[in-house]
Amino acid sequence: MSEILVLVEHVEGQVKKVTLELLTLARKLGTPSAVWAGAGYSPEAKARLAEHGAEKIYVADSAEISDYVVAPKAELLAQLVAEKAPAAVLVAATAEAKEVAGRLAIKIDSGVLTDVVGVEDGLVAEQSIFGGGINVRSRVTKGTPIIAVRPNATPVEAAAGAGAEEQVTVAVSDVAKAARIAERVKEEKGARPELTEAVIVVSGGRGVGSAEKFGLIEELADSLGAAVGASRAATDAGFYPHEFQVGQTGKTVSPQLYIAAGISGAIQHRAGMQTAKTIVAINKDDEAPIFEFVDFGVVGDLHSVVPQLIDEINKRK
Amino acid sequence: MNIVVCVKQVPDTATERKLRSDDKTLDRDASDGVINELCEYAVEAALKLKEAHGGEVTVLTMGPDKASDTIRKALALGADKAVHLVDDALHGSDALGTSYALAQTLKKIGFDLVVLGSESTDARTGILAAMLAERLGVPQLTFAKKVEVTGGSISIERVTDYGYDRIEASLPAVVSVVEKIYDLRYPSFKNIMAAKKKPVEKLGVADAEIDTAQVGLAASWSEVVDFAAAPPRAAGTIVKDEGDGGVKIADFLASKKFV
Ligand SMILES: Cc1cc2nc3c(=O)[nH]c(=O)nc-3n(C[C@H](O)[C@H](O)[C@H](O)COP(=O)(O)OP(=O)(O)OC[C@H]3O[C@@H](n4cnc5c(N)ncnc54)[C@H](O)[C@@H]3O)c2cc1C
Ligand SMILES: Nc1ncnc2c1ncn2[C@@H]1O[C@H](COP(=O)(O)O)[C@@H](O)[C@H]1O
Repeated sequence: MSEILVLVEHVEGQVKKVTLELLTLARKLGTPSAVWAGAGYSPEAKARLAEHGAEKIYVADSAEISDYVVAPKAELLAQLVAEKAPAAVLVAATAEAKEVAGRLAIKIDSGVLTDVVGVEDGLVAEQSIFGGGINVRSRVTKGTPIIAVRPNATPVEAAAGAGAEEQVTVAVSDVAKAARIAERVKEEKGARPELTEAVIVVSGGRGVGSAEKFGLIEELADSLGAAVGASRAATDAGFYPHEFQVGQTGKTVSPQLYIAAGISGAIQHRAGMQTAKTIVAINKDDEAPIFEFVDFGVVGDLHSVVPQLIDEINKRK
Repeated sequence: MNIVVCVKQVPDTATERKLRSDDKTLDRDASDGVINELCEYAVEAALKLKEAHGGEVTVLTMGPDKASDTIRKALALGADKAVHLVDDALHGSDALGTSYALAQTLKKIGFDLVVLGSESTDARTGILAAMLAERLGVPQLTFAKKVEVTGGSISIERVTDYGYDRIEASLPAVVSVVEKIYDLRYPSFKNIMAAKKKPVEKLGVADAEIDTAQVGLAASWSEVVDFAAAPPRAAGTIVKDEGDGGVKIADFLASKKFV
């Protein structure tokens, strides 16, 4: 079967869940080869990739790749595409990996599809556009298809792969070293999962009322092992930091479960969460637009409903 | 400093956006065109840099005739002049075609710094700035929540999943900015009037030395196979809280195996 390259997402040497999703997807499309770009490769990383079906692992464990913005990864992938002639390149639809995909597309003169939520036989990709209003199926028509797939689009399934390592050396060009990462600043986020990767997201809106009361949203999130999100009205009001904003001008999330508390459900918010599998809302206004697209909704005051919900969840653990 | 800010006109997200049934491209006539919101932040960043370092801000827009409204809006915010890349041959260009056309135009008009929004509300690819950096062979400083220029050097804070990266490079460079990098300004009446007199240069593909084999729908590197309105979500269950709302949600979550 034809080879499918999967660019590995990793932080501090840990393979991210989205990579396991991509390997699962790649197995349906061909034979997955994982591509490790940057410093921090380890036997644990190898094991995790192999357990999820990586037949080969191309390892470019080099600080030169990690120290510069995006471009070295695109050079590495371009080199591998030229050498291995894969059927497709899959990357995660994260901000950075999409940029890698964009630069790669130019280098190898190939089409790129972003924010894909599913890939069928024949490498036909499904996308959900205009705030979830329209489903599109598209296909790359020139070169080696480069497909950026959203986290949570494919449930992870383990399946052993050979995990045969092949070291790759890439001579990063000077132009790819033009933007240097001088410092990485980690902001404390506690133990919560990352917003875009999380299986469950709990978001609060203007209805939460204040920054202090956002503690309730965090508590609910923690009871479910969820990430916390916010509407723009909530970030505008300073209830929660902007990097947690979900929607058209914030993050796009596609979790298994999305709980919206005190959020009206404006189209711009919807644009960031509409592809969630299950949606639950709590809103005191029975005419709030969010109730038009929930699976389960409670018309009520979040300040009494949410504490009760947290108690119930904790009781049932 | 010669700053070019790439501004895109997008359909108003408050209206129902459509794809055309004939060529499956965005139906630009179905919705009002507005300035892409993140491009307003790009204009703001460009103006702040000009105010600090002097120079000139040029708006660059690729889009149909009606995009001239968006150009006027950017000029009213305070940009000095504009270049409008407009040609039927450009209709239906994908990210590769658009980045190529904009890069050719940028080479022609020259720049020290190119500023973009980090994403558009219609295409939502968020990759154009990276692609421009690739095509122009200049440093990529994207997803900036802070930008600083000192002499010929530039540094930004690039938003990441864990916080931010501080990126350093030399000019010329490409920057993209995220929402809320600065507070937006509103155009004053005086500036709105002044904008009407600011120069807007219209360029076609030949003027910008754009090879038509690289742009437009026919040259696109990908195609829409088909599209359909998303099936409506099955009507959900809505209950009124009668002192048991939390319990009911917990029951629902349990039925779906989330708890
Ligand atoms: C170009 C553009 C881009 C945008 N981008 C985004 C974006 O990325 N993300 C985003 O979210 N928005 C975005 N918006 C804004 C969007 O249009 C809405 O204004 C925003 O989503 C509203 O947030 P909200 O639902 O929290 O607030 P509101 O619309 O004010 O809704 C608050 C809701 O809380 C309910 N409520 C109040 N008190 C309680 C209570 N005690 N218990 C239960 N319910 C209560 C109310 O009934 C109401 O429905 C954008 C807008 C524009 C024009
Ligand atoms: N047709 C265009 N004309 C000018 N700038 C554009 C155009 N398309 C995209 N851009 C710029 O690229 C950014 C990101 O767009 P996108 O990659 O489409 O999400 C926008 O915020 C604009 O700054």
